[in-house]
Amino acid sequence: MTDTMILDRLNAVKPAEERGAPLLEISHLRKEYDGVPALRDISLRIDKQEVVVVLGPSGCGKSTLLRCMNGLERIQAGEILLDGGVLTTEKTDWRLIRQKIGMVFQSYELFPHMTVLENILLGPLKVQKRKRKEAETAARVLLERVGLYEKRTAFPRQLSGGQKQRAAIIRALVMEPEIMLFDEITAALDPEMVREVLDVMLELARSRMTMVIVTHEMQFAKAAADRIVFMDEGEVVEDSPPGDFFVKPKTERARRFLNIFQF
Amino acid sequence: MRDLGIRVLIEGVNLQRLLLGLAVTARIAFIAVAFSMVLGVPFGILMTRRNAALRFLCRFYLEAMRIIPVLVWLFIFYFGLARNFHINLSAAAAAVLVFTLWGTAEMGDIVRGAVTSLHRHQYESAHALGLSEVQLYLYVIIPQAARRLVPGAINLTTRMIKTTSLVVLIGIVEMLKVGQQIIESNFLKSPTAAFWVYGLIFFLYFILCMPVSRLSKRLERRWQS
Amino acid sequence: MGYMVDTAFIVKFTPLYIEAMGLVLELCFFGVLFSLIIGLFCAIVRYYRIPVLRSAAGVYIELSRNTPLVIQLFFLYFGLPRVGITFDSFTCAVTGLSFLGGSYMAEAFRGGLEAIGRGQIESGLSIGLSRSQLVRYVALPQALAVAAPALGANVIFLLKETSVVSIVALADLMSLAKDLIGLYYKTNEALLMLVAGYLILLLPLSGLFRFAERRLRYAGFGN
Repeated sequence: MTDTMILDRLNAVKPAEERGAPLLEISHLRKEYDGVPALRDISLRIDKQEVVVVLGPSGCGKSTLLRCMNGLERIQAGEILLDGGVLTTEKTDWRLIRQKIGMVFQSYELFPHMTVLENILLGPLKVQKRKRKEAETAARVLLERVGLYEKRTAFPRQLSGGQKQRAAIIRALVMEPEIMLFDEITAALDPEMVREVLDVMLELARSRMTMVIVTHEMQFAKAAADRIVFMDEGEVVEDSPPGDFFVKPKTERARRFLNIFQF
Repeated sequence: MRDLGIRVLIEGVNLQRLLLGLAVTARIAFIAVAFSMVLGVPFGILMTRRNAALRFLCRFYLEAMRIIPVLVWLFIFYFGLARNFHINLSAAAAAVLVFTLWGTAEMGDIVRGAVTSLHRHQYESAHALGLSEVQLYLYVIIPQAARRLVPGAINLTTRMIKTTSLVVLIGIVEMLKVGQQIIESNFLKSPTAAFWVYGLIFFLYFILCMPVSRLSKRLERRWQS
Repeated sequence: MGYMVDTAFIVKFTPLYIEAMGLVLELCFFGVLFSLIIGLFCAIVRYYRIPVLRSAAGVYIELSRNTPLVIQLFFLYFGLPRVGITFDSFTCAVTGLSFLGGSYMAEAFRGGLEAIGRGQIESGLSIGLSRSQLVRYVALPQALAVAAPALGANVIFLLKETSVVSIVALADLMSLAKDLIGLYYKTNEALLMLVAGYLILLLPLSGLFRFAERRLRYAGFGN
């Protein structure tokens, strides 16, 4: 594969005809911690190329929901389907599934003993067994896109928070996942670095990457989301387009939540 | 089992003799631990003083005690003192002396660690109250440091108990030596005696040290969090 | 103290001391090697909570840490042959050192593994790493860096512990010194050479570990 082909593949905006087909379906998901319910009865559908932003007060279960989608939490009841295949059986090989589901964490979690490039190449080389040359090209294309190519030989401790988070996004993207999960990835950043990370996500949204984003950045949610899912006390309370949600929320709980962000 | 070697343990006064040996071992350990705990506190406080010469001396003493194996120190005191100063220490006295010197150094370092882990403000506010140096340590520093050094001190105790096993090499009649004697006198009658006797001694050391080190681990976990 | 050191005596017996030092180093080398293997195995088995093996490792660690090497060696060398298990002196000493050192190394590795945050493991999982890949590429390199100072201290500890192997009839530094004192009554010379022998072995090693620890700390990963 030539550089330009890789570049084209990575930069391509996904064809519009794929839109609307379900990619990730969750039905009646229940999750408990020692008998205390964290997610009560969640049903949610995420379509291909859709950007879903999950909002809600802290402790409402939005991060837990994201972690369930990636098999980091065991669930007590319900089903999760990816591309029509059930993920929640005993036989599920999460190693294979996780290659299709990219995840970025609040605390970056880059591997501190590896350079940026080594962090990014670990998955493609060791998990996907791709050719080094091809993987390096893909990494370069992505790093250039987020303005980090010069930092490829730096160790995580030499990077700012924003740079670390951008590198972590690339680490997930280079696996060419079908869907990306973002778990409050700007929450630990200094204010001036939030923007550079949000810009990367916004650009991803425009290239029609399917994304589920947990965040507290309301302006960003307005700008990027196709749909807002509002959660409270382990339940999905509202599921509507951002235009509706921010302008005329249907429930009292959502109204109260939105008021917190207003002065 | 044919020859029932384990019976050697309960025959006659064998077990009693072994336990008496254990008492000798325990006494050496107990005296050395007691001295070390007491002497370690002033030594540790000395180590925190600003005086460079004093600090160097303390450090040198600690490092010397640490880098050279305890058994070598035992040889130096047991053989060396007798040769050069005509001080004929009994083996037991040499053992107590060496274990105390070593234990004091280790205890001192534990005390130093505990004292320096206290915040500077503690010293400053005590001085601001007009406490004297002795009062400062008596009322402010030592009570606070005590809790931090307990796990380390208990841990040191188990190390010192284990170290007492070295005295067999300078010929004190203690548990191991008694064990050897029992084995020798029963050599023909029960050839597996060695297995049982050393097995028992192994076990005795274990039940002596295990509860203590468990305690130290538990305290460490509880007090660090 | 009006006592001259007998230099001729020292010169005469230096080769014997060097030989004994060689033996000590050899014992220490094999002891450390097997300790590391045992320790790593125990630490991983406990870290992953592998049933049965995990409890066995726990029992072993308690036994090993709460009994002195002298007793372990007596049992191995004098006790076991009586029930049909025989060792030669060297194997016995290495076995004893490994039995003792394995638990200390296990604790050092465990400390390193426990220092790795849950998030590191999860982010490894989320790019699809398998358990063994997680250990190899994520957990171990970081654990080793954290555990390195403790591992170094254990090497010094084991080297010092070799001082008791004379009880299994090995001609180490201690037994040589004891023999020279007994045979020639040259107590000071024998003790002097004994101390020198251990210092020559221990000081460079301890200095090296300290240097390495400082370097490691400056190069520390930090997130």
